[in-house]
Amino acid sequence: MIKVLFFARVRDQVGCNELEVELPDTVSNVGAFTDLLKSRNQACRDALSNPNILVAVNQEMASSQTTVEDGDEIAYFPPVTGG
Amino acid sequence: MDSDQSEQERIHIRVEPQDFELGVEYERLRERSHTSGAIVVFTGLVRDFNACGALDGIVLEHYPAMTHKSLKGIAKRAMTLWNLEGVTIVHRVGELHNHDQIVLVGVSATHRAAAFDGARYIMDYLKTEAPFWKKEVTSSGASEWVEAKESDQRARERW
Repeated sequence: MIKVLFFARVRDQVGCNELEVELPDTVSNVGAFTDLLKSRNQACRDALSNPNILVAVNQEMASSQTTVEDGDEIAYFPPVTGG
Repeated sequence: MDSDQSEQERIHIRVEPQDFELGVEYERLRERSHTSGAIVVFTGLVRDFNACGALDGIVLEHYPAMTHKSLKGIAKRAMTLWNLEGVTIVHRVGELHNHDQIVLVGVSATHRAAAFDGARYIMDYLKTEAPFWKKEVTSSGASEWVEAKESDQRARERW
C-alpha cells in the first residue's frame, strides 16, 4: 500500500487529506504513480495536472523519475509559502 | 554518536503554534555559542495587507512529518557553508493575526559576514523548500491560498 497525502490548495481540489492506494506491479516511479491517481477521478486529474505541483516521497522532495516502493508515503502539494 | 550529539546541541528547531520571545531565543543561542563573535537574529511578521487590500491574519499549514527534516537539512547546509556555530529556527503554525511573529532564524558565527549570510541563506531556502503554506484571510472573512513568489525563487538562486 502507498499512503498518499495532499496539502493546501491541492487538498482542497482533490477533496481529501489522505488516500491508501494499492501499488500495481506496473508502477515503479512517481510519474507513473501520479498518472494512476489522475485516472481515479476528475478532481485528481485537475489537481495533479498543474505543472507546478511538488511531490515528496518519504518526506524528501522527489521528481517524476523517483522510484516508488510498497509502503512509501507520497505527498503532493503546491509551491511552499512559509516564512 | 559524537557528531550527532554536537549537532543536536548546535541546531535547535521548533515548529509550533505558540508565540516566541526574541530575547529568550537569543540568550539560548548565545549560551550555545562559545567561540562566536557575531549573532544575527531575523524575525518574520504577518503583514496586514496584500496586493488586493487589507488582511485580517493568516492560517499556516504544514506537513508535520517533513517540516522538521526539511528545516534540519537547510540548517546543516548553512552550518557547513558559513561555518556557523549555532542555528535556531522557530516557525509557527496555525492561525496568526496581523503583526504576529511567524518565524525566527538565529545564527552564530566567528564574524558578522558569515552570520548575516548564514541567516539570509536559511531564510531564502526556508521560503522555497520547507513545506509550509499560508492562507490569507481578508477583512471580509474570505480566505485564499498565497501564491509562491518568483522573487523568492530568485533570492534562493543567488546562492
